[in-house]
Amino acid sequence: MKKYQCVVCGLVYDEAIGMPDEGIAAGTKWSDIPEDWECPDCGVAKSDFEMIEI
Amino acid sequence: MSAPVIVLGSGLAGYNVAREFRKLDKETPLVVVSRDHAGFYSKPMLSNALAGNKTAAALVMKPAEKMAAEINATIHANVGVRRIDTAARSIELDDGRTLAYRDLVLALGADPIRLPLQGDAADTVLSVNDLDDYARFAERLEGVKRVAILGGGLIGCEFANDLVSRGIAPTVLDLADRPLSRLLPEGASARLRERLEAVGVAFRFGVGAVRVDRAEGELHVALSDGSRLSCDLVLSAIGLRPRMALAQAAGLTVSRGIVTDQQLATSAPHIYAVGDCAEVEGHSLPYVLPIMQQARALGATLAGTPTKLIYPAMAVTVKTPACPTVVCPPPAEAEGTWLVKTTDDACDARFIGPDGALLGFALLGAATAQRQALVATVPALLPG
Repeated sequence: MKKYQCVVCGLVYDEAIGMPDEGIAAGTKWSDIPEDWECPDCGVAKSDFEMIEI
Repeated sequence: MSAPVIVLGSGLAGYNVAREFRKLDKETPLVVVSRDHAGFYSKPMLSNALAGNKTAAALVMKPAEKMAAEINATIHANVGVRRIDTAARSIELDDGRTLAYRDLVLALGADPIRLPLQGDAADTVLSVNDLDDYARFAERLEGVKRVAILGGGLIGCEFANDLVSRGIAPTVLDLADRPLSRLLPEGASARLRERLEAVGVAFRFGVGAVRVDRAEGELHVALSDGSRLSCDLVLSAIGLRPRMALAQAAGLTVSRGIVTDQQLATSAPHIYAVGDCAEVEGHSLPYVLPIMQQARALGATLAGTPTKLIYPAMAVTVKTPACPTVVCPPPAEAEGTWLVKTTDDACDARFIGPDGALLGFALLGAATAQRQALVATVPALLPG
C-alpha cells in the first residue's frame, strides 16, 4: 500500500484508507482510480499527484 | 529571443499558472519573481500543520531550484518589485534590475487585515499568512499554554482546532454571534461551535479586542465589552486584503481586488491577475479550487488559446478535524432559504432558491459524504 500527495494542495491519498467519503473504498490502488478523478480539495487532475514515502 | 512571460508571486496561484502554461508552451521563456525564498508550499496547509508536527521547512514541497528545473523557468527569489512600466512593458525590481515582459501575471496574494490595536504588546500580535509567518508562529508557541485568536472565520477556526492538537487552549473572539457567520447558516454554526468546544476551544462572541498589554509573564487582551482575557500569544485571523498597490501605481483598475475580465486580463494590455489579489468579474474567492480553475484558463490563454475562466459550483473544505465541514456558499445576492437538518453525527444544510433549486450547501460531520453528489447539482458560479 502506497501514499500519494497532491502536488498542489498537499492532500494525501493513502491506498490503505481509500477515500470513503468520495466513494473510493479502503484498499483501492491508485492505479485503479479513474484517470478523470480530481483532488477533492483543489480540483487538480490525478496526473498532478505524486507518490510520496511516509 | 522573445521577451518572457513573467509571473510575480510564487504562491499557489503563481506557480500553478506557471505550471499550466509550461505544460502547453515548452519554448517561451518563463520568469518567476518572488519576494520570499520561492520554495513551493501549500498555504492552506499552514492552518493544520501543528497537528502533524510539521516544521516550516518540512512544509516546503519543492525548493526554488527544483521548481525552476521542473517548469523550466528562471526564478528570482527574495526580491520585491518596485514598479510596472506598462508603456515599456517592463518591471523594475527592488535591486534596480529591469525585466521586459511579453505578458505579466500578477499573483501577488493578499495581506492580513490588521486591527488598529492599542497597548504596549500590540506589536506582538501575529498573523500567519505565509511560510515565514508560520515559522515565527511555531517558534513563538514554545511554552505557550493559551492563545487568543482574533476572528472566528475559516482561518480562525482551523487554527483553533490545530492548536488544541498541540495541547494549547485557544479562545476565539469574534464580533459576530457565531463561528463562520459569513459562510454557515445558524444551525450549522451551532454544530461547529459545539464540536470545537467539546475538544477544548473557547469562544467569546459579540466582542472585539481593543488593546493588548504585557503583564507579569502573560498578555492581557482588553475587550470591547470592558472585560479582559489573559493569554500567552495573540493570533489575528480577521481576514485578507488583496495586494493592489503595485497595480494601482501602474494605473490598473482596482476595486476590492485587481479587476479582471473573464479571461483574467486586467485593464492594462498584457497584464493578468490571478489568486487572492484578483477580482474576477466581481468575484474575490481566496480559495484553492478557484485558483486551479484560473491557472488552467490563463495557462491556455498565455500559450496562445484565448480561454474564458469558468467557475463551476465549488465546495470549500474547512479543515477542522473535530468537525469536518464542507461549504459551497450560495452566491452573495441569491434569494432563498436555508433548510438545516441536524442529527447526532451530521448537519446537512441546503440553501434552496424560490424555484426549489439547490443554490448552495454546508455539510458537517458524516454529511460531508454528500459533497460530490450535491456540488454536481448546484449551478455554475461563473458560466462560460
